[in-house]
Amino acid sequence: MTGKLTAGLVIAVPIALFGLLGPLVVQDPSRVDDIGLTAPAAGHLLGTTQTGQDVLAQLAYATRGSLIVGAVVGVLTLLLSGFFGIVGAYAGGWLDEAFSLFINVMLVIPGLPVVIVISAYLPDRSLLLVSLVLAITGWAGSARVLRGSTLSLRNRDYVLASRVAGEKRWRIILVEILPNLVPLLASQVVFAVIFAILGEAGLSYLGLGASESFTWGTMLYYAQNGLALRLGAWWWFVPPGLLLALFGAALALINFSIDEIIDPKLRNQTRAARRGWRMSREQLRRAREVTL
Amino acid sequence: MTSLEVRGLVKDYRLRDGLRSTRLRAVDDVGFTLDHGRTVALVGQSGSGKSTIARLLLQLERPTAGEIRLDGRPVARRGAGLIRYRRLVQMVFQDPFASLNPHHDVAHHLARPLRLHHPELSRADVDARIRHLLERVQLDPAMAGRRPHELSGGQRQRVAIARALAPSPGILIADEPVSMLDVSIRLGVLNLLATLQREEDLGVLYITHDLATARHFSDDILVMYRGRIVEHGPADEVILNPKHEYTRLLADATPDPERRFGPAPR
Repeated sequence: MTGKLTAGLVIAVPIALFGLLGPLVVQDPSRVDDIGLTAPAAGHLLGTTQTGQDVLAQLAYATRGSLIVGAVVGVLTLLLSGFFGIVGAYAGGWLDEAFSLFINVMLVIPGLPVVIVISAYLPDRSLLLVSLVLAITGWAGSARVLRGSTLSLRNRDYVLASRVAGEKRWRIILVEILPNLVPLLASQVVFAVIFAILGEAGLSYLGLGASESFTWGTMLYYAQNGLALRLGAWWWFVPPGLLLALFGAALALINFSIDEIIDPKLRNQTRAARRGWRMSREQLRRAREVTL
Repeated sequence: MTSLEVRGLVKDYRLRDGLRSTRLRAVDDVGFTLDHGRTVALVGQSGSGKSTIARLLLQLERPTAGEIRLDGRPVARRGAGLIRYRRLVQMVFQDPFASLNPHHDVAHHLARPLRLHHPELSRADVDARIRHLLERVQLDPAMAGRRPHELSGGQRQRVAIARALAPSPGILIADEPVSMLDVSIRLGVLNLLATLQREEDLGVLYITHDLATARHFSDDILVMYRGRIVEHGPADEVILNPKHEYTRLLADATPDPERRFGPAPR
């Protein structure tokens, strides 16, 4: 349990719990009230929007929406990149060439413009559709990373040994190779979740996100439309923005700690760790005394 | 009662350098026979094609030309014939630190070949066989639950030998089985291999670049140089009376306690 992992979990777990349990206790986020834009008070802990909707309720539903996008894209990225990256690299030959070409084509397609075009083309978008579009444009990078490690693993002696023992191909991939890729898969999935949540927020902010649903991005979009910044309604745009930034940072921290598990050398590459290598002031003084 | 026969074996690799491609002949017209109960040593320098022969014999690669015969019949490359071949021809790899999967325990490594080639065994039978195999290679049967990183190099190589013996093969290919081990335990592992070879009536191909152990542990020696077998014959004959220039060079390179540096004192 490194410091990075602890910090990441301390931030991410409460946000995830808020998204899971929050919607069960808060009021209806769409209920319009005639009190208009009001600052935080006892009745509405985070104030209300221009149309009198409770910001806390919206925030709970928005957290859930963003987490759904992240989870769906994470799972889809895992499946797509795992299939195209690992299976192609292990099989080799023309299948590998074909899969590799496909991955490269998907990789050079510029993500955001395509997402904008697809989103603009489909007027009625559900949260799942947006997630699907984000997953299709985002999986190729992790597939390449997985392909690289699989290429190195497939020629390890223990994989050859299981071929000599007569194992079937799918069993070699699932039982001998996959367990060694788990840390890498985990870090790729965490990265995909960050990408999805931030990408969805960006799309929603542009007005191209899911219609009829709450996410952090749509909250920011409506706050901007309602002139929250100019009216000084900080309680409307700060909470979703802050949660977005915090959750992204927490996932990045978790990702760093997974990277350190994969490659222990990275642990010594921080400034704090290097400072530990230097001589302390006391040691320096003593060394100077000895040499003089 | 297994014999493996190799005739006219050739393996070419294509090396691509931009648009030009050249051919590298790694194994050139090699032929020999591995009989049950006999050990054949394959000696040669690095890059002479020794390991390529091992990979060809294990059907990890396809030969460019030539044929491999098991008990007089050409070997099958797929299907039930390949499964039978996998049972009869097994291998001990060079590096015990790379040949065991770090994610699985010792029992997994021994249980898989047993289950694959003897599907009729019950769970209790498999456990009993695993214990028996570990005893055969002089390891504590309690080690079955350990992971490879908890074992020493010598223990790992013994597990690798047990894995190769699990399907009860007739031919064992040992690709420099002791070169990655500590000098002090090499003899133990080699003696173990020799004992098992006698008890199981195995045909062993011992690939090495160490002439001394090759002479001590094998009946015949094949000397390989640049993909060709330049000399073959009974072990003592090849060592004491080398015909080919390369063999002479190899024999001269081994330290001789009788020989002194400089002229001998009178």
